[in-house]
Amino acid sequence: MTIASLIDSPSELTEASGSKTAIVLMTRVRLARNVAGNPFPGWAKPAQREEILALCKEAVAATPAMKRSLSLSVDELTELEKQILVERHLISRELSGTKAGAGAVISKDQTVSVMINEEDHLRIQVLRSGFQLKKTWAVINELDSAIEDRLDYAYSATLGYLTACPTNLGTAMRASAMMHLPALVIASQMEKVVRAVNQLGMVVRGLFGEGSDASGSIFQISNQTTLGESEEEIIKRLGSVLSSIVEHELNARQKLLETETGKLQDKIGRAYGILQHGHLLSTTEAMNLLSLIRLGVDLGIFPDTHRCTIDRLFIEAQPGHLQHAQHGEFEPGQRDLLRATRLRAEFANFAKPNFTPRSDGPN
Amino acid sequence: MAHPLKCDLCTKPATVHLTQIVNNKVHKVDLCEECAQAKGVTDPSGFSLADLLLKASLNPEPVAAGVRCEQCGFTQADFKKHGRFGCPACYDTFGGVVTPMLDSMHKGTAHTGKVPQKALARKTLHDRLQRLEVDLAAAIKAERYEDAARTRDEINQVKHTFGQQPAR
Repeated sequence: MTIASLIDSPSELTEASGSKTAIVLMTRVRLARNVAGNPFPGWAKPAQREEILALCKEAVAATPAMKRSLSLSVDELTELEKQILVERHLISRELSGTKAGAGAVISKDQTVSVMINEEDHLRIQVLRSGFQLKKTWAVINELDSAIEDRLDYAYSATLGYLTACPTNLGTAMRASAMMHLPALVIASQMEKVVRAVNQLGMVVRGLFGEGSDASGSIFQISNQTTLGESEEEIIKRLGSVLSSIVEHELNARQKLLETETGKLQDKIGRAYGILQHGHLLSTTEAMNLLSLIRLGVDLGIFPDTHRCTIDRLFIEAQPGHLQHAQHGEFEPGQRDLLRATRLRAEFANFAKPNFTPRSDGPN
Repeated sequence: MAHPLKCDLCTKPATVHLTQIVNNKVHKVDLCEECAQAKGVTDPSGFSLADLLLKASLNPEPVAAGVRCEQCGFTQADFKKHGRFGCPACYDTFGGVVTPMLDSMHKGTAHTGKVPQKALARKTLHDRLQRLEVDLAAAIKAERYEDAARTRDEINQVKHTFGQQPAR
């Protein structure tokens, strides 16, 4: 398998059939692991990094889950390929910025990705579309055990899995959900939600993790702490926080529908108009417009079947995917033009909004 | 007038005073305008107190100044600079620095999650094998051939459990 065929094959995120879940777009669990007796990647000498990279690549690729996978070295990838992998959440921005002695093993269906020599020797990640925390944990737990058959992990009975940064000690697990929360954003309630979620020991971030903005009203919610609780306890606690956020979002939608129908319909109608007829769209604007259309789908203004299209476009509107589809590299200004052209084509055949309330109510 | 608080990250006077409750624990941080901006404190969505606390808790008394990790040569000054450790053994070397940090950083201070059973079992066997090899060499050197034979049998048994070739 090559990087080109990986990029061109459907991914869990772009072709997800599970995207029927209105609010949780994707569930992700990540485990940090290190090989005992070796310096962490940030402190290792170039030769040691190469050694670890080769050792880990082999161990990971030998597991049953990675039978059909692609092993990559970061220095073999073009900037555009790296960007596409970041946009699909298969590698981190940090990994894409490293020069030598780093890589990744990615499963063919793009649900599993193991980064090597990022902050830790191994960053194992499993992602699933929709709200599937327990299932995702079960899958990654099995993969982790299979890798453990082949590698000796750095581990301490009191501190758990030893990681480069002490904030990841213990389970070294970060479980997260990517949530679409447009009504909470429109109703200016996100700040309140963020504060409440923080108090419960969870973190809210933008679409692409630390430091990224929340364009498209998409947020990542994950556990902050990793030591002192078992994986199952963390998953359970996160699950209940997520469920309560879903409930708040649904309430906010209901309230908007009841008290600000005109404003809400205007926003969705305008988004539709711009997507159908706009000629210059930045990534952020495109994300925000697509987010409103997705809200429209959830509210029954557009047919349910269109949700997958929006989820695909969320990814395809990103700069890397856009340039890949156009077979070249373009300046941001040109990209905005291309993005608008692309979206106009998609929305030319999109169903017309139907603002008459459905008898069965939203969702 | 009260003595002005200094920023937890640099030494400038602190003007931003932050209290956050995470996991029912109160965390207080005092920052100067610039550090607050740089750390994104003003933007509640992108702000993680844990990372900040990590850096802030490093500044007071250098517990292990001058100590160097035997395995990788890492020093506490390196930790201050990078915010990451050098190798797994650093957690033993700098235990005195890590332990006080954990309480404010995590929900507990002891691991209660998954245990890499297979890796640990391998390590136990590996350690035992190493001890036996040393014993074997010593017995041969001292010409205690009965002991040597017994040790070799034991080594073969361990290796068998390990799934390796027996000793010749």
